[in-house]
Amino acid sequence: MSEQKVLTMKCHKIAGGKSCGEALISCDDMCFYLVEPRSGVVIEKGHALEGRSIAGKVLIFPSGKGSSVVQADGLYQLKMKGTEPKAIIIQHPDTVLVASAIIMDVPLVDGLPPEFYQAVVSGDELEVDADNSMVTIKKRT
Amino acid sequence: MYLTGEEQQMLDGKFGEGVSIAMKVLVAVGEAFGAERMVEITRSHVALSNQEADLWFVEKLVKAGATCRVSPTVNPGFNLEYFQQVKAVDRDDEEIIKRTRAAYKTIGATLTYNCTPYLEKNIPRFGEITAFSESSATPYINSVYGARTNREAAQSALCASVAGRVPLYGLLLDENRRGQVLVEVQAKMESDFDYNMLGYCAPKKIGFGVPVFTGLPIKTSPEALMNLGAQLNTAGAVSLYHIVGVTPEAPTIEAAFHGEDPEKRVVITEEDIKQVRDVISAEAGKIDFALFGCPHLTINQVAKIARMLEGKKLAVELWVCTSSLTKELAKRMGYLGIINRAGGHIVEDTCIDQPCWQFLYGKKGVTDSPKCAYYTERRNMDFVIRSISECIEAAIKGEVK
Repeated sequence: MSEQKVLTMKCHKIAGGKSCGEALISCDDMCFYLVEPRSGVVIEKGHALEGRSIAGKVLIFPSGKGSSVVQADGLYQLKMKGTEPKAIIIQHPDTVLVASAIIMDVPLVDGLPPEFYQAVVSGDELEVDADNSMVTIKKRT
Repeated sequence: MYLTGEEQQMLDGKFGEGVSIAMKVLVAVGEAFGAERMVEITRSHVALSNQEADLWFVEKLVKAGATCRVSPTVNPGFNLEYFQQVKAVDRDDEEIIKRTRAAYKTIGATLTYNCTPYLEKNIPRFGEITAFSESSATPYINSVYGARTNREAAQSALCASVAGRVPLYGLLLDENRRGQVLVEVQAKMESDFDYNMLGYCAPKKIGFGVPVFTGLPIKTSPEALMNLGAQLNTAGAVSLYHIVGVTPEAPTIEAAFHGEDPEKRVVITEEDIKQVRDVISAEAGKIDFALFGCPHLTINQVAKIARMLEGKKLAVELWVCTSSLTKELAKRMGYLGIINRAGGHIVEDTCIDQPCWQFLYGKKGVTDSPKCAYYTERRNMDFVIRSISECIEAAIKGEVK
């Protein structure tokens, strides 16, 4: 049986809730409008996650981007199809993404320490407990 | 977060369920950004989108009895009556636009249906505290007028309009308006179109932070500034920029950086701009249509198109999206007649990213706006990006060089 290495770190709650999922890291900022709603696959040309599905993932990216309506509509469409990310971890909050996450009930946190970014890789199991401002990484060793 | 007695009552539902929902969203946003209190606004603009999330949220507020304390101007959906005359409109799309219009009317919005409110009908003064959503509007009023807004979502701007206030944080505070990244533009900026490309190219280099541009000409048109902001805030999340010698908070480099050193310095060259154009633009060749108005064209831009089309016939469909006021002006000045006689359309109250454009899906067009091309990726429309005059030449020939 594989062992698990568990790391828990403090974060700052933006939109509340608690959720688990597989980590998916994007070095590019995200615009949820350019995600195909039925599959959850990123369709933005040249994006770090182009062709990959964000459905059910704990999505980690620097910041939101895109105009003031498309972020909410993108997230709404994903939510309607059940392909939204389980939780979102960001570095730089912007009002558009924050308001969208609050209205659509997707847990959103920021303020993770540098050690988090050193430790986490795509595929790790993550638990985001926004209500208690904690993020847990479970690594298989 | 501190709330006044009245604000607490608004949150608690004493002013009705609709106000309470709006306050809950505003308080959550405020707490996310560490705001200490709320501040009243005097203007707002809501980026109505006529999309499902937009309709869902405005109807939710309307059903809960909300009305706006500050009446916001609103973005375009599409001009149902115009498209019904010239093209087929789906029953479902007709239903959604009618419901969207009705909901915004009931909630007490000012039905401008235009994405450049900062050029007409909703112009703030220096330092005024507002809530503006819409990606071209937010940077324009912050940067060009020195008014203050955060980069509001359509939904948070609507909540602010209902509650008449916003949490005090971010770009509403002096210290956060300080320049952070010095952007030296070495590329030649000769036309309004060059600002589109600069705006689309810069965010990747800037990263996170308020950019301060140097090397730009002092004589700058409103269209150039509109293009710059729209693209900066599409390719990135830049809702405030300074241009030394041009924008009011940047009379000098020192003033733009509040006397501190830049945290980062970047250079934008001719080559950077060429590269981004090659990446985002489809290949040259035959085209099926030309589409303009993201953001809505100004009367000067409509005039330019009319001058080029005088006495000519278009080889492909040409659509110009603009405000109802600009269309009225174009009619008075004879531009509408010229464009119609050439076979083109001017349509008011309409956004390029709406279901009314189904007849263009799967086709290839030409536009001057990278933003237009970016958002229509989802609608399976392919765009070659060129300046307005190159686009018009292409629309006359049916082919772009």
